[in-house]
Amino acid sequence: MKQFLVFVRKEFYHVFRDKRTLLILFGLPIAQVLLFGFALTTEIKNAQIVVVDYSKDVATQQIITRIAASPYFSLDREVLSYADMERAFRRGKIKCAVVFPPHFNEDLLHGHKAQVQIIADASDPNTDRTLSNYLNAIIGEYQHDLNANIPVPYQIKTEITMLYNPEMNGSMNFIPGVIALVLMIACTTLTSVSIVREKEMGTMEVLLVSPFRPLYVILSKAVPYLALSLMNFTIILLLGVFLLDVPIRGNLVLLFAESLFFILSCLSFGLLISSFTSSQQTAMMISMMGMMLPTILFTGFLFPIENMPWPLQVISNIVPAKWYYSIMKTVMLKGLGITAVWKESLVLVGMTCALLAISLKSFKIRLA
Amino acid sequence: MPDAVTLEGITKTYDKGKVVAVKDVSFTVKQGELFGLIGPDGAGKSTLFRILTTLLLPDAGVATVAGLDTTRDFRKIRACVGYMPGRFSLYQDLSVAENLNFFATLFDTTVEANYALIRDIYEQIKPFSTRRAGKLSGGMKQKLALCCALVHKPDVLFLDEPTTGVDAVSRKEFWDMLKRLKEQGISILVSTPYMDEANLCERIALIQNGKILSIDTPQQIIRDYPGKLYAVRSGSMHKLLADTRSFPGTASSYAFGQYLHLAFTPGREGSAANLEKYLGERGHSGIEIEEITASVEDRFIQLMGNDR
Repeated sequence: MKQFLVFVRKEFYHVFRDKRTLLILFGLPIAQVLLFGFALTTEIKNAQIVVVDYSKDVATQQIITRIAASPYFSLDREVLSYADMERAFRRGKIKCAVVFPPHFNEDLLHGHKAQVQIIADASDPNTDRTLSNYLNAIIGEYQHDLNANIPVPYQIKTEITMLYNPEMNGSMNFIPGVIALVLMIACTTLTSVSIVREKEMGTMEVLLVSPFRPLYVILSKAVPYLALSLMNFTIILLLGVFLLDVPIRGNLVLLFAESLFFILSCLSFGLLISSFTSSQQTAMMISMMGMMLPTILFTGFLFPIENMPWPLQVISNIVPAKWYYSIMKTVMLKGLGITAVWKESLVLVGMTCALLAISLKSFKIRLA
Repeated sequence: MPDAVTLEGITKTYDKGKVVAVKDVSFTVKQGELFGLIGPDGAGKSTLFRILTTLLLPDAGVATVAGLDTTRDFRKIRACVGYMPGRFSLYQDLSVAENLNFFATLFDTTVEANYALIRDIYEQIKPFSTRRAGKLSGGMKQKLALCCALVHKPDVLFLDEPTTGVDAVSRKEFWDMLKRLKEQGISILVSTPYMDEANLCERIALIQNGKILSIDTPQQIIRDYPGKLYAVRSGSMHKLLADTRSFPGTASSYAFGQYLHLAFTPGREGSAANLEKYLGERGHSGIEIEEITASVEDRFIQLMGNDR
């Protein structure tokens, strides 16, 4: 036990005396959160928009004026036809278009019902949804004003058409995704690099030729990084709550428990990588690049998994981050308990155990 | 008391048999002996050390350390040997004292418990005990590494090229320390590429290309040098090498410090006078030819020649 504690203390010395490790550990999460929170913002200002007005009457003019007055939109110009609009979409010049059919005002006043179409470029789903919501709100407001002193209400029905990505799968709620990404990269990289460094420096030889069991070597590597990763997790949560106003609606204990398992699976990954690499650079490359891509691609926090071809959807199932992300989203943002995520949790725990077993098995008690 | 180390027909290959590191190596290190493994880089010394410290499994053969089988009883061996790898293998970002304490704890002991054993060595680096190991000089690094390998009072000490990259003064100090450790009853297997250090061992094994050329005391190895050896020099050393080699009676001639070491082919050993005449005819001036006692290196070169 004393050996174990001394070993753990030694690991902490390594971490706090190495700038590179500290950078990965604390610089990475902060940079990621700030990057996703502010630079990659989904808030929209001055989106380019066009209006196709087939009726050109009082009502449409009033609505167009309101849209133009909104800070969210910059009314490009009034195009004459549908074809012009489509061309503008294809050139990527506009994000959104509003189409008024002929006789808009007549329908509204006599039939008490009129239609307006909103067409949005949904290849960027977050922007698209936000824009169409804004437009909806503007039209709704107009309708409300119109109905203020009239017994039979006028109805303007907005019909929203999503171009390119009709399912609208994109999430603004990136914090769970960033947590998954940061934990994956930081835990995996730190573990693999710290073990490979022992190999590279030759200290692994000395460690192995000692009564200290190889299994304990791994455990005493894992414990400090587990603790540091939980600290990391806390930092991201705090940043999310206080800097980006992300709510934590679910049970905090459950969040930590799920994260613990996810971190363990990341540590096992790192261990596995360290078993098959012999230089710190290689270990770093594999952990960072090799883990970053699948985590970003297959967790569904930037790219909707449902839209991927089925082979990729199948592959996404073997990425632990996908399950973790789904749990985090449900618990953190929807505020649901273990009953809502027990299936995902089971998969995550199973994966963690399997990974841990494989990585322990692959750890070499000799040099070759 | 079993022998400290025994090797019996040890063979080890890398890359699935393509590269032969050591081939059919057998020798014994007796209890309390200071045994030297002498050979150039790439001879297979480190491979042997790793097999004996249970870090590598041999392809063939049996090895024991302190009477324990290196394959079967590897765990017991790991608890009772001290190993200092060829490369500096301590934590560079830990201080001298932190390193020593760490390794003491790792071996389930304390620095104080066996302080008597390392006192002589540790006193020398103690003034720097708060300095990071990475910032020590080469000689001090080796002293610290030796302390760390000794801190648990091992039965057998494995030192892989401990004096490589260390200045001459520190090298001498290091060997003095080894002698004192030997007096305390620790069996020591040490490797070195420096032939002059061979004389400091009780027995040595000459190793080249993974094969043992000879095993004996340094004195006996020198005595076994066949025939006579001459040191030759003249005003123009470069030309001298070519000319001595073209002399019909020469078996071998090679540069050795400021001289050439030259052996005549058996049966023509009295040719020294003829050689002087031969060299004189080729315009050499200041010719010196003197019979000398062979060194371990001469014997090594001679054995290497036989081996080819």
